[in-house]
Amino acid sequence: MIGAFVIAFREVIEAGLIISIVLAATRGIPGRMRWVLLGIAGGLAGAGLVALFAEKISDAFEGSGQDILNAAVLIVAVLLLVWHNTWMSKHGKELAGELRAAGAAVRSGEREAAALSIVIGAAILREGAELVLFLYGLVASGTSGADIQFGAVAGIGAGALLSAVTYFGLASIPSRYVFSVTSVLIIFLAAGLAAQAAQFLANAGVVDVLGHTLWNSSGVIAENSWPGRILHALVGYTDRPTALQGLVYVATIAVMVVLMQWSAADKRRAVRPA
Amino acid sequence: MSRLLRRAAIAALLLTAAAAGPVRADEMPVIKVEMRDGVILPAVIEVPANTRFKLEISNTGQSPVEFESTELKREKALAAGSTSAIVFRTLDAGTYQVFDDFHPDAKATLVAK
Repeated sequence: MIGAFVIAFREVIEAGLIISIVLAATRGIPGRMRWVLLGIAGGLAGAGLVALFAEKISDAFEGSGQDILNAAVLIVAVLLLVWHNTWMSKHGKELAGELRAAGAAVRSGEREAAALSIVIGAAILREGAELVLFLYGLVASGTSGADIQFGAVAGIGAGALLSAVTYFGLASIPSRYVFSVTSVLIIFLAAGLAAQAAQFLANAGVVDVLGHTLWNSSGVIAENSWPGRILHALVGYTDRPTALQGLVYVATIAVMVVLMQWSAADKRRAVRPA
Repeated sequence: MSRLLRRAAIAALLLTAAAAGPVRADEMPVIKVEMRDGVILPAVIEVPANTRFKLEISNTGQSPVEFESTELKREKALAAGSTSAIVFRTLDAGTYQVFDDFHPDAKATLVAK
């Protein structure tokens, strides 16, 4: 029972932490809950499909289908997070209520909420397929006792609860600062996802450069320990990063910071002449 | 209905695979690994170093498994009764730890030489 609890809990928080950060980052966007629920439903449906066709997907592209699918899902999520932060550095203040002339923000907020919906869907799709396989196996095999099934359900509940606590923790930050905090979290989140995508492309043989390992910190924080897994979900920690992963990580941060500066400056220019 | 859906999805996947280019039927060594409810067989998986090979993993048990190695940066979840493969492009000679992420006590080593 403990084993099933731990596995379910672990898989849920990996997607749950991403969702809670994205939710906190879009506080104040009108009508977002509809998009959030759509993203969750779409992600779960996608995860079910991926689990159902796991073998077919694996066999595609000469055995690299799963790697290529994972990379594609992650790249979509990264691009949308980059766009989100760029947009936020222009409209964040309006949403925080400092400027109540929120007309433009509200109108483009709908698009922003749609992007958020896709990020949530991608996070669930990426992490959820394994959980679906695991849970389906528990139910379908018929050999697992009620205690194991209870453990798995309790694990999902605990994972959802921890994600909710994270969200409310972030949401309790005063609105003047909340978007600064979530912007920083999202920069590291996106960089970590981009580095993972790079590794999937390397595994698939699409990218074949900078494959050597930069360092090995598995003795300090092992990637499959609890701190390692949490750091992996939040900032993309890996205990043996390749040079390619390091490069992609740093480049993603650089691109996001530059775009955010540019967008904020653009905003100042737009306000001043009035 | 679900069968129709399944067939449509398979067709879509096949089309995608076909569009990606002709599937190369080149020979590469296939190394078989069996996973069964918390046991990984063989306990020492011998694979060739510095060449392409395919690790064919079968879940012959009653519960789902996830073949994983943080050192190799690979993972693959398998439902009970299913078989799937991981293709390695090249692997430096050495010893790598692998485990079953759904059965925390199941461990094995992969030796490339």
